[in-house]
Amino acid sequence: MTGPSMRGEQLHSDTFDVLIIGAGGAGLRAAIAARQAGKRVAILTKSLFGKAHTVMAEGGIAAAMGNVNPHDNWQVHFRDTMRGGKFLNNPRMAELHAQEAPERVWELETYGALFDRTKAGKISQRNFGGHEYPRLAHVGDRTGLELIRTLQQKIVSMQQDDEKSLGSAEGALRVFAECTVTNLFKDADGRIAGALVYSRESGRFAVFQAPAVVLATGGIGKSFKVTSNSWEYTGDGHALALRAGATLINMEFVQFHPTGMVWPPSVKGILVTESVRGDGGVLRNSEGKRFMFGYIPDVFKAQYATTEEEADGWYNDPENNRRPPELLPRDEVARAINNEVKEGRGSPHGGVFLDIASRLPAEAIKKKLPSMHHQFAELADVDITKEPMEVGPTCHYVMGGVEVDPDTGASAVPGLFAAGECSGGMHGSNRLGGNSLSDLLVFGKRAGDGAAAYVDALPSLPQISTSEVEAAIADAEAPLSAAEGENPYTVHAELQQMMNDLVGIIRRENEVAKAVEGLDSFDGRLARLKVEGGRAFNPGWHLALDLRNMLLVSRCVAEAALLRTESRGGHTREDYPGMNPEWRQRLLVCSLEDGKVRVDEVMQPPLRPDLLDLFDVSELGKYFTDGELAGRVDPALSASAAAAPEGR
Amino acid sequence: MAYTGQFRVWRGDADGGELADYQVEVNEGEVVLDIIHRIQATQAGDLAVRWNCKAGKCGSCSAEINGRPRLMCMTRMSTFDPDEVITVTPMRTFPVIRDLVTDVSFNYAKARAVPAFAPPDLAPGEYRMKQVDVERSQEFRKCIECFLCQDVCHVVRDHEPNKKAYAGPRFLMRIAELDMHPLDVADRQNAAQTEHGLGLCNITKCCTEVCPEHIKITDNALIPMKERVVDRRYDPLTKRRLKLWRKED
Repeated sequence: MTGPSMRGEQLHSDTFDVLIIGAGGAGLRAAIAARQAGKRVAILTKSLFGKAHTVMAEGGIAAAMGNVNPHDNWQVHFRDTMRGGKFLNNPRMAELHAQEAPERVWELETYGALFDRTKAGKISQRNFGGHEYPRLAHVGDRTGLELIRTLQQKIVSMQQDDEKSLGSAEGALRVFAECTVTNLFKDADGRIAGALVYSRESGRFAVFQAPAVVLATGGIGKSFKVTSNSWEYTGDGHALALRAGATLINMEFVQFHPTGMVWPPSVKGILVTESVRGDGGVLRNSEGKRFMFGYIPDVFKAQYATTEEEADGWYNDPENNRRPPELLPRDEVARAINNEVKEGRGSPHGGVFLDIASRLPAEAIKKKLPSMHHQFAELADVDITKEPMEVGPTCHYVMGGVEVDPDTGASAVPGLFAAGECSGGMHGSNRLGGNSLSDLLVFGKRAGDGAAAYVDALPSLPQISTSEVEAAIADAEAPLSAAEGENPYTVHAELQQMMNDLVGIIRRENEVAKAVEGLDSFDGRLARLKVEGGRAFNPGWHLALDLRNMLLVSRCVAEAALLRTESRGGHTREDYPGMNPEWRQRLLVCSLEDGKVRVDEVMQPPLRPDLLDLFDVSELGKYFTDGELAGRVDPALSASAAAAPEGR
Repeated sequence: MAYTGQFRVWRGDADGGELADYQVEVNEGEVVLDIIHRIQATQAGDLAVRWNCKAGKCGSCSAEINGRPRLMCMTRMSTFDPDEVITVTPMRTFPVIRDLVTDVSFNYAKARAVPAFAPPDLAPGEYRMKQVDVERSQEFRKCIECFLCQDVCHVVRDHEPNKKAYAGPRFLMRIAELDMHPLDVADRQNAAQTEHGLGLCNITKCCTEVCPEHIKITDNALIPMKERVVDRRYDPLTKRRLKLWRKED
């Protein structure tokens, strides 16, 4: 076959300027940027090109374009993002994200994306949890597919241009499908030198030499039993970064999306988009009650409606009504559902009811939520235009990831960059819906540019040591030749069950400690895996390789979760139920020392005064320590102080 | 409610293979992909299969189930009798790599042969389009690239030599999508016929029938595209001009 020779059996060792690991939104956007900066780029993906987990994103891309509500701007988006993350976000990342998201979305239209439109012909924007104004650019409920296809087609179009100008479509930008990076190599000076690549198809290895690597590998959900994530989400980038000497932050924060399918068992965890609620859907318990009104936390009391009348009025008149509490940030809604079920007011299959049928006409539901209609009809025999869905929390996203420089995506290791879900900081303790796709675009581009600039400034090409390559291959091949040992599928299932049970949505000290102990025994089991069959396209072997990453990342999650003695966003400690302002200033940083995970407390960079000024001091008082706010005057308090007579 | 299902799964590689029998537990609400995963986890750890989302959104788990091209994740076990033998084979139109995994690089080559979106001379952010106008192309952009339409299309299914001249339903639809894009500035109609083999399609609608996204590939993409090509190529005035030109030549 002429054309794209992406098949692994033809894989041979090669040299590139920039290796991009992962072909989801962040990886592809980084590749576009690096190629546009004139670099020779390779994209490696565990799956086929165009299948990345980004396709699962449904609701939309958050960007303050102001197409639907002209009051929207980057400052409002920044505020919403910080509130959603409970002020643990890296403020510089949240700032860049809010400022640049509109440009990144408009750019997609020049690549051929077709978003839903407003009456004036602009990109339409929809409401979503935690966003003050309608902000999500979308295509029905298949926005992630539109994003991945658009970027995929842009890559192809750049290859077509290269074919014309260089005479070779793959001369400067190549996609290696079904290839997994198992190891990163550094030179004697500690700079990134390249990677070991495993081809799923042939089961062979190749060495790619490259001075810059961008990690864009997504999340870690496959360490948990109930998850919306696919087989690829095994924390590869997180683990590669740790092993290379980089640091991870915020690993205790794992987002459980409030609405996953709960029945039938085989689809448990599959995502039900938040757009259902953004478009009017409401949550009810077995008594038919809209229970979310009972779960509005103090910090959000000012923005959310307290009666059904006011909540329903908001959809058409947001100026004069507060938002429905179904649209609280995801962590709040997930905990509320969890509590309703625990207190015996759940649905027959252990969730709650999500009702859109009684709220919108059947035709409108099919038009706005076509994939949800299709998914429930085909997988659960439920017609969502006629009856409510049953939903419950599912492991969806990890806020934690590689600690990076906000502007360039650079990690602590020279030449190693990260973007998207596998990087950390942007979303703080909890990500708002819609902020993921925009994150991929904004920081994907920045990491691609950052990697290109790093290569430009590099005085010499880092070299890989042959002995390291040989050792890494031998290590990876061990389970193939083991005479006896455990089945990787069994080990994986038990790891998922343990993480789900002990480090899940609600955490307790003794349980998390038990998980940390349990992980020690998994370390031993991992060394004794046996894989049946040969090298070629062997999913069992691939799982054995992935398990190493899952285990390392699970340990980071568990150890950080044990240390953070408060509840915030995607980390809920039953034994420490409140937010503690002292903890807001602290990040837990994971690193690897002599092969062991170590976790350090590090102070969070302070919020710049001009960004701090975007909030009322009275709101900040709910999150910050008095010391941090010293010298700032609450306008409301000072007004009352001025009005108060002396001596009171 | 659980029962023991009878499965026959094709095992082998490019050098050949055969159907292997498996007796495997089936539970309420499961889909064929669940059963394949159970075989993998308990009886054949090296059984090769592609999958990602398990929700009909990524188009990875394409195969032929009892001879019919389908997504394994969207084929519910309740559509079969408990005593029925279920046969799962790889897509027939593409070369086998291993077990249920095929070499689909044909599709990526065809994708690259279609010229990309040609943007208008507008600054980013200045694009204005009516919803009604974007909807036609949006239907085609629902495509999850499962390649089941490419697999079922008889133009290439048992006619290897046609692969060179024929883009297949998925990529003919891609050309239609770009042709119907309100702001695309390229002319794509002649090439659809001369370079991508639109004329080879004889509208048997098999592609539409197997599409898991229920895209009306034939009615909404291929037939309208054929009409556009006919209007262009066989327009009496154009034809006359062509004839005159030929005479002068």
